Amino acid sequence: MTIVDNGVNVKALLDAREVLKDAAEAAQFTWRATSKWQKGVHSTTTIQNFFGLGQEQSHKAEAVFDADHPEVFAAEDNGITPIEYLLVGLASCLTAGVASVAQNRGIQLRSVESTVEGNHDIRGILGVDGDVRNGFNNIKVTFTIDADASQQEIEALVAQSQKRSAVFDALTNPTDVTVEVA
Amino acid sequence: MLERGEVANSWRRERWDSLRLLTPNWQTRLPGQRYDGPDPDGYQTMGEVTAFLDAYATASGAPVRTGTNVTSLRRADGGYVATTSNGRIHCRTVVIASGACNQPTVPPFAEAVPKTVTRLTPFDYRGPAQLPDGGVLVVGASATGVQLAAELRRAGRPVILSVGEHVRLPRTYRGRDVLWWMDASGLWDQRYDEVDDLARARRLPSPQLVGTPERTTLDLNALAAMGVELVGRLAAVRDGRALFSGGLRNVFSLADLKLRRLLDTFDEWAAGRDIDVDPPERFAPTAAAETARLQLDLHSSEVRTVLWATGFRPDYRWLDVPVIDAKGRLTHDGGVVDSPGLYALGLPLLRRRKSTFIHGIEDDARDVIDHLARHLAAPR
Ligand SMILES: Cc1cc2nc3c(=O)[nH]c(=O)nc-3n(C[C@H](O)[C@H](O)[C@H](O)COP(=O)(O)OP(=O)(O)OC[C@H]3O[C@@H](n4cnc5c(N)ncnc54)[C@H](O)[C@@H]3O)c2cc1C
Repeated sequence: MTIVDNGVNVKALLDAREVLKDAAEAAQFTWRATSKWQKGVHSTTTIQNFFGLGQEQSHKAEAVFDADHPEVFAAEDNGITPIEYLLVGLASCLTAGVASVAQNRGIQLRSVESTVEGNHDIRGILGVDGDVRNGFNNIKVTFTIDADASQQEIEALVAQSQKRSAVFDALTNPTDVTVEVA
Repeated sequence: MLERGEVANSWRRERWDSLRLLTPNWQTRLPGQRYDGPDPDGYQTMGEVTAFLDAYATASGAPVRTGTNVTSLRRADGGYVATTSNGRIHCRTVVIASGACNQPTVPPFAEAVPKTVTRLTPFDYRGPAQLPDGGVLVVGASATGVQLAAELRRAGRPVILSVGEHVRLPRTYRGRDVLWWMDASGLWDQRYDEVDDLARARRLPSPQLVGTPERTTLDLNALAAMGVELVGRLAAVRDGRALFSGGLRNVFSLADLKLRRLLDTFDEWAAGRDIDVDPPERFAPTAAAETARLQLDLHSSEVRTVLWATGFRPDYRWLDVPVIDAKGRLTHDGGVVDSPGLYALGLPLLRRRKSTFIHGIEDDARDVIDHLARHLAAPR
């Protein structure tokens, strides 16, 4: 038997699943970002610490993300637009899911590429037309996957990765969001 | 045998008028009794199921005490004591056969549906005429939801069907009832200790099947063709608006993929066997509308009724033995409950995939009663 290695430690994930079965508290994570206005519509958002497994945790290094708007929005384009960050989140989450599910199902991946397109009618955010929503009208993700698997198995990988995706869920289902002034 | 109502109580009191079994007549069998009428491939009406069970109760001479409600079951020296509406009973062993579907499950945000909208569960529903005029939102697209959506649509109602994860099945495959394939290929005999993810398999929703004389398939394509509008899983009700998930295409493709895999299994099983079946077929994928709506204003009069077809669960409020998990489910190993002398029957995948169904009881009961008999025979 050839050994399938997609670089995902599935055993650790399955062990975690077993341990957390009866430890709902340890499973409660809080992800955090702090953001700072720079100038115009440019901001920087920093991420390093989070909470999980009952204690404070930290990424190996701090990550800083610039968000701005392109020049066609009369901005300086110091970074991608906030809504594009959603595409980053969706693509990376689904891709991670494909790799994990493939590992778990013993499927060797050679390449996984995807294109994510979010269609956005900006008349919503500009207040041109109250019937147009602010967010994406729809999002389309197209995967191109080369793996030791049939087309049907690959489709199943992609379907399962959506089923267990945090970002897919966050985008497709409503979430309670509270915004306060400290 | 204690029964709070009458023999076949759930079939008499907790089903809608038009319901027929989704399992075919030849499969509706109990130990020593099977269908012997003219239509083995047909599906029984509620009157017929009730008559079938009444006949079984009489023929088997089961000592049924009807009208006896168990209000509490506790451990007591060496056994159990049941408090009932007709007095107390001491016993060494107890089999919990109180059913898997005592209560309709309703999502927590059901409370947020505006009071101007009529809200019904399948236990309240008898037929379309009972609903106020106008549109209906049916929530849940498993057996109950698809059947009620079709019935309401046929009665001329505008129907919106909210679809979460579901099990798609054709009524017939290669000329045979799809449940014949489950039976013949041995899938239904698969044991609980052979199933990969038992907890998940036990939660699997009922298949999109209906028993009709025409043996028609009632999948989402059929419903869409009837004019039922398909929307995503109901995720929340906020400010009088129903919010539906945008993940509809994913639940379609999950169900289509699982169906294809199941049919592959059937074909592999049939290959090389001398059986009288038609050639393999494949079904069109579930068609997604160009856009599915994500919201529905429940204050507008578009929808006057919400029908919760969101599943059923058992009711163990009378069970005062600590064997219920945080989710309200009975903890058991193939019907053997973790309390000496306590047993369960009639739960989904209790010991086999077929445990959910009427014909599943025979093998399960034998195994569980074997254990029970050994328990009684063991020196105390
Ligand atoms: C809508 C619907 C459709 C179904 N269609 C099919 C089908 O087509 N084919 C099929 O094979 N299966 C079908 N089933 C599954 C079916 O319920 C089982 O196959 C089978 O009938 C279960 O029998 P049971 O005796 O275990 O449970 P039940 O039929 O639920 O019987 C349990 C009995 O226990 C009594 N009881 C409960 N609590 C107490 C108490 N505290 N004290 C005294 N008595 C109590 C109840 O009154 C009831 O009579 C369907 C289920 C539902 C809900």
